Amino acid sequence: MDYSQFLYMREELVLIVAIVVLFLADLFFCTDRKSGRGVYNTPLPAILMGLVTIANAVPCCMESFELFGGMYQHTPMMSLVKTVLNLGTLIVFLMSHKWLSREENLVKQGEFYLLVMFTLLGMYFMISSGHFLMFFIGLEMASIPVAALVAYDKYRFTSAEAGAKFILLALFSSALLLYGVSFLYGLTGTLYFEGLATKMTFSYLGVGALLLFIAGMGFKISLVPFHLWTADTYEGAPTTVTGYLSVVSKSSAAFVLFVLLAKLFPTGEYAAAWQTALFWIVIASITIANLFALRQQNIKRFMAFSAISQAGYIVLAIPGTTAQGMTALVFYLLVYMAANLGAFTVMTSVEQSSNQVTIDSYNGLYSTNPKLSFIMTLCLFSLAGIPPFAGFFSKFFVFMAAFNAGQHLLVFIALVNTIISLYYYLLIVKAMYINKSDAPIATFQSDAYSRLALVLCTLGVVGLGIASCVYNYIDAVSLL
Amino acid sequence: MDYQYTLLIILLPLLSFLIIGLGERWLSHKVAGLIGTTSLGITAILSAYTAISYFTADRVEGIYQTLVPYNFNWLPFHDMGLHFDMGIMLDPISVMMLVIITSVSLMVHIYSFGYMHGERGFQRFYAFLSLFTMSMLGLVVATNLFQMYMFWELVGVCSYLLIGFYYTEKAAIAASKKAFIVTRFADLAFLIGILVFGYYTQSFAFDFTQSAVYLNGAAPAVTVEYSKTLAGAAFILPTALFLMFIGGAGKSAMFPLHIWLPDAMEGPTPVSALIHAATMVVAGVIQVARLFPLWVEYAPETLHIVAWIGAATAFYAAAVACVQSDIKRVLAFSTISQIAFMIVALGVCMPGHEHGVIDNHASLGYMASLFHLFTHAMFKATLFLGAGCIIHAVHSNEMSHMGGLRKYMPITHITFLIATLAIAGIPPFSGFFSKDEILAAAFHYSPIMGWVMTGIAAMTAFYMFRVYYGIFWGKENEHYKEHTPHEQPLVMTLPLIFLTLFTFVGGWAIPGSFGSLISATGEAYHIHLDPQIAITSVVIAVCAIALATWMYARPTQPVADRLQKNFSSLHTWAYHRFYIDEVYQFVTHRIIFAYVSRPIAWFDRHCVDGFFDFLAWGANRLGYSIRGLQSGSVQRYAFVFFLGTLLLLILMIL
Repeated sequence: MDYSQFLYMREELVLIVAIVVLFLADLFFCTDRKSGRGVYNTPLPAILMGLVTIANAVPCCMESFELFGGMYQHTPMMSLVKTVLNLGTLIVFLMSHKWLSREENLVKQGEFYLLVMFTLLGMYFMISSGHFLMFFIGLEMASIPVAALVAYDKYRFTSAEAGAKFILLALFSSALLLYGVSFLYGLTGTLYFEGLATKMTFSYLGVGALLLFIAGMGFKISLVPFHLWTADTYEGAPTTVTGYLSVVSKSSAAFVLFVLLAKLFPTGEYAAAWQTALFWIVIASITIANLFALRQQNIKRFMAFSAISQAGYIVLAIPGTTAQGMTALVFYLLVYMAANLGAFTVMTSVEQSSNQVTIDSYNGLYSTNPKLSFIMTLCLFSLAGIPPFAGFFSKFFVFMAAFNAGQHLLVFIALVNTIISLYYYLLIVKAMYINKSDAPIATFQSDAYSRLALVLCTLGVVGLGIASCVYNYIDAVSLL
Repeated sequence: MDYQYTLLIILLPLLSFLIIGLGERWLSHKVAGLIGTTSLGITAILSAYTAISYFTADRVEGIYQTLVPYNFNWLPFHDMGLHFDMGIMLDPISVMMLVIITSVSLMVHIYSFGYMHGERGFQRFYAFLSLFTMSMLGLVVATNLFQMYMFWELVGVCSYLLIGFYYTEKAAIAASKKAFIVTRFADLAFLIGILVFGYYTQSFAFDFTQSAVYLNGAAPAVTVEYSKTLAGAAFILPTALFLMFIGGAGKSAMFPLHIWLPDAMEGPTPVSALIHAATMVVAGVIQVARLFPLWVEYAPETLHIVAWIGAATAFYAAAVACVQSDIKRVLAFSTISQIAFMIVALGVCMPGHEHGVIDNHASLGYMASLFHLFTHAMFKATLFLGAGCIIHAVHSNEMSHMGGLRKYMPITHITFLIATLAIAGIPPFSGFFSKDEILAAAFHYSPIMGWVMTGIAAMTAFYMFRVYYGIFWGKENEHYKEHTPHEQPLVMTLPLIFLTLFTFVGGWAIPGSFGSLISATGEAYHIHLDPQIAITSVVIAVCAIALATWMYARPTQPVADRLQKNFSSLHTWAYHRFYIDEVYQFVTHRIIFAYVSRPIAWFDRHCVDGFFDFLAWGANRLGYSIRGLQSGSVQRYAFVFFLGTLLLLILMIL
């Protein structure tokens, strides 16, 4: 066996090195002997993650290749998506600082960083897989530690409950997915994507397998009707974990769904079948999530339904599986990441300073914390797709991709739904700016890390739409 | 020679806008003003340097090259072949405009130190000035129609912000809204024109003259390849160009879209000098000049319509200017009239002897127009800044509150006089040379046009001297005893002197004459004064000045009063600008608002809103009724998961 092949796995290797460094640091330097307090709160993981991001962002290899007989695949697009995930993780690390500085979390903070990075590694493998077993290992690696993260505040009842719900349903969905994969193996005798794509002939069993696969991924992306865990888990999990779940975890799964559908079932009867399925899934996701979001009182639950509805828009780029769709999807993920993590950073800052998570508690926030309210507004505007913020452009490109793929009705329904979504996003803006409150959340100063995260997100929300070079770069990569 | 540094010319004013705009609260008046002025000083030096190195560089085959130091593909449309670009294009027009804009803007920056001294919002004023300068520079160096349109709108916004600078005054607010709405309305036509143009020609770029083949002094209007792509669009080009011209007419205040400019004088006077006299209002001229090859080749008849619109505007504005009593109003109408001169000069150009060929001789008007743009910017800025000094001294715009000021304000008096002589067309001041070329071009086109324009030139001389005498001669106002007017500080008079210098020498001191730098083909054009036209126009101008002297120079004005009494109805009409504003008021309020807007508003309020209220109500109800789905029980969740999968399976198989 040629071990030099490992050297090509730059992204994974860099991340593993970072994990090992962090692991050792956690083991030997984590706690101060006398006081028992953590000593490397945030700087080390954040710097490591920053280095990983930078190391992986350098585009040294602009061609595609396969390793280990097709088990591992690499394309420039995959590399780009990994960089996007890195950025998201970095922002999550930055915004976690204050929460992890709490007395009860200080000792176990190392676990948080390690678990997050392990899930990230799992996503890497999932993205780069060329074989269903590899894919499944990556998927599980990306979801089981998440359950531990969700239950991180294990003495808080809701956090433990959320973790339990998540793991039970994740197992259920994994089982279904694995069942579907076993059908595929039975039909074709191979689990390599290359081989599957050539050997698949149409059969109803194949359709069932396809659907089970979509269901498994739909769970990860939290699409209706596989979404029911989302609200409870998002509400119960620590806010930063919710942010991570709603962005990074979801993005990787959405990208993989696109790639695999494009690779395995690009045309023919299978394509028609999954397009039908996605058609209904998108309509249901956007509409039902919007209807639920209208009525939420808890801002984390609210963001859960917003995330489901956004997932619908993300999936909207998949039908047609064109290069344009790929560009639109990745661009949407990037913009969504900036806007959503920006909102979550504000939410976690507010929660850490005041323990408030209801929408009513945001009443009058503008009078006490104008800058935070302003950034929150920018992020919500971007999520709602108001020009000139990046969210408008990302929605526009997704709609354009879906329209060119012939999904006219779907685009129309999605457009109507953006109006509803505008309404509920504006409810928060209204709460912050217009609603009066006798006791608004007191003025507070957020920590330097959160501010850095906010700066990054604001830059993304404002700049990504205007700096067309980003979109053009993604476009150039997606054509490779 | 590379011109990479030209990017700084745009970025520096932008930077100073950001610094002053964001740091408004922390910067003192002095620091804010210094930041703006310094950045503009550097910009002006860079522009001058660009001009010198550009115009002294070697011509290729006798013409100046069009250089594009930057072009950034901003937004491509893959499936249509169109793209929006942002860039910098240097050619004779844009280089000339760089110099005009930055030098006038610099003077206005310096002048405003004195004029705006101690005003509330001083920093805001400088921030807007910087923003305006940036936008105007971006407009003139645009590489394509889209970029031009973007900066076009930006200058519109700046104009709006600066007219409404005194936002506590009702008149200023109304004037700013009026300016914005009228020009915006015209810009709609511009936008439609751009879209039509882009749709049919598949391009927004101004590259139609690049790499042209030039033969014996005549150049094909557009390049060979380009003319092929245009062949299919030739039928629509006159329409597209005229639509774009409507946009230009709005900005350049051509009749009947001129109504906003006189009101725009509510803004601070330095702003009037910079935006509403020297730079922004000539955007329409620049636009026509930019698209000139297309006009001449594809729409010469439409171009002549444009000429007649210009002539009508010039006459109308001159007639109104003769009877106004507010000095800034007079200057505003004279601006309208002078811009109309430029438009006329462009409009009277003709294709050469063969079809589709720009001929330097037949396109004399092109050169004349830009020449007049250049000289007008200098002398009109002088006039406005001078008017600012006067208003500052007597605290009024009305001519009846002035008179006999020459003793109190000698510098202002001399500079104002020189600028007035220049606008009247008396040699050796700059206005004479450019106006003479315009008249020559007009006579070349048709004698009627020539005589009409000569007559209007005489009216110009008359009304300008009327103002001059009204301010500096005649009876001294009795208020002077309580409040003696005095000359303004050096920071205000220096810009005046500087601009006057340009006014004085601008007509003849340019090395190798203006035509050698800027002409329709890019080749040197040798200006030769037609003695017949020159003498005629000077004689007529002198007669008009003599008439004005006879009527207005004395302390009492019996002739003028008698004329006003005898032709009182004509005077009232002219004084009220022939009631054009009232016509607009009637059409918009009585007809459009009452019969179009109100029914639409009713429909919107009851039908459209009702429908959406219904949707919102329905969504809320539905959200309430399906809340059971989210029960919180894991078993139920898994069940729904499974059921959903089954349902989808059925849908997929069917």
